[in-house]
Amino acid sequence: MEEKKIVEQVKERFQDKIIETSAHLGDETLVIDRESLLEIVTFLKNKPYEYNMLLDLTCVDFLGQEPRFEMVYHLLSLPKSHRLRIKTRLSEKDPSIDSLTSLWENANWLEREVFDMFGVHFKGHPDLRRIFMYDGFEGYPLRKDYPLRKRQPRIPLKK
Amino acid sequence: MEGNFITTKFNHILGWARKYSLFHYPYITACCGMEYMSTVCSHFDIDRFGAGWTRFSPRQSDLIFVVGTITQKLAPVLKTVYEQMTEPKWVVAFGACAVSGGIYDNYAVLQGIDSIIPVDVYIPGCPPRPETVLNAFIKLQEKIQNQEQDWRWKKRK
Repeated sequence: MEEKKIVEQVKERFQDKIIETSAHLGDETLVIDRESLLEIVTFLKNKPYEYNMLLDLTCVDFLGQEPRFEMVYHLLSLPKSHRLRIKTRLSEKDPSIDSLTSLWENANWLEREVFDMFGVHFKGHPDLRRIFMYDGFEGYPLRKDYPLRKRQPRIPLKK
Repeated sequence: MEGNFITTKFNHILGWARKYSLFHYPYITACCGMEYMSTVCSHFDIDRFGAGWTRFSPRQSDLIFVVGTITQKLAPVLKTVYEQMTEPKWVVAFGACAVSGGIYDNYAVLQGIDSIIPVDVYIPGCPPRPETVLNAFIKLQEKIQNQEQDWRWKKRK
């Protein structure tokens, strides 16, 4: 119940920066404008809401739709045990968004993972390079248009 | 004729000595490692077959167990480890991932280690039971016993 109130308060404060809200079985979701991510998240991290933990940060590729990418952030408030999901949509031409490394240290590697797999650029990230795939790997393997059978071996294979 | 007899006998003795003193190197990357552990430890006890020594240095081992998924990123490392091993050497592909890539047919995973190094025995299963591993080990011992042995002062063809 309290989460619903929080969503209402955030909606009131940020008005048209909140694109839509939804709730499913107690999971509140905010879809926000890309440009105001840092502002809204900073607001939520501080008192009185205290969403002080970034649980996860990932991306979804909706190939064929525009905007194509959707960033998903999961926040947890340790003092109040509240959870909140924040989504923002990124266009195919410019898949970039502000980095959250200034707020949470763990955003560093999570954002590197999303950069590695989806090619999303994080503005203000201190060390944006691949984290899973090796140097010389081309393309972004979790994008839906990455060829299913494409292999990029590092050493010559026999078969 | 007599020379051949001695050579054959020496070949046999060398095979017998080698098959019962296999020092193995566990190259473990994934969940098959659990089955490897139970095979090697006292319950199933691979030491009954003379492979109780686990050497964590490729230079001191005769046999490499490749246990688990090998990714494209890891492939050069596995090849280097194999090349560091001294002759004679044998390779066991342990579990579906090492044999063929298993369920992982994607951008990241090597489709079977035989595309980078030669394999002597393949153990299927996801993961294989310890009995399967011991069976494969006995098969490898038969192979070692019957193969043409290589030794230092042997005339190279």
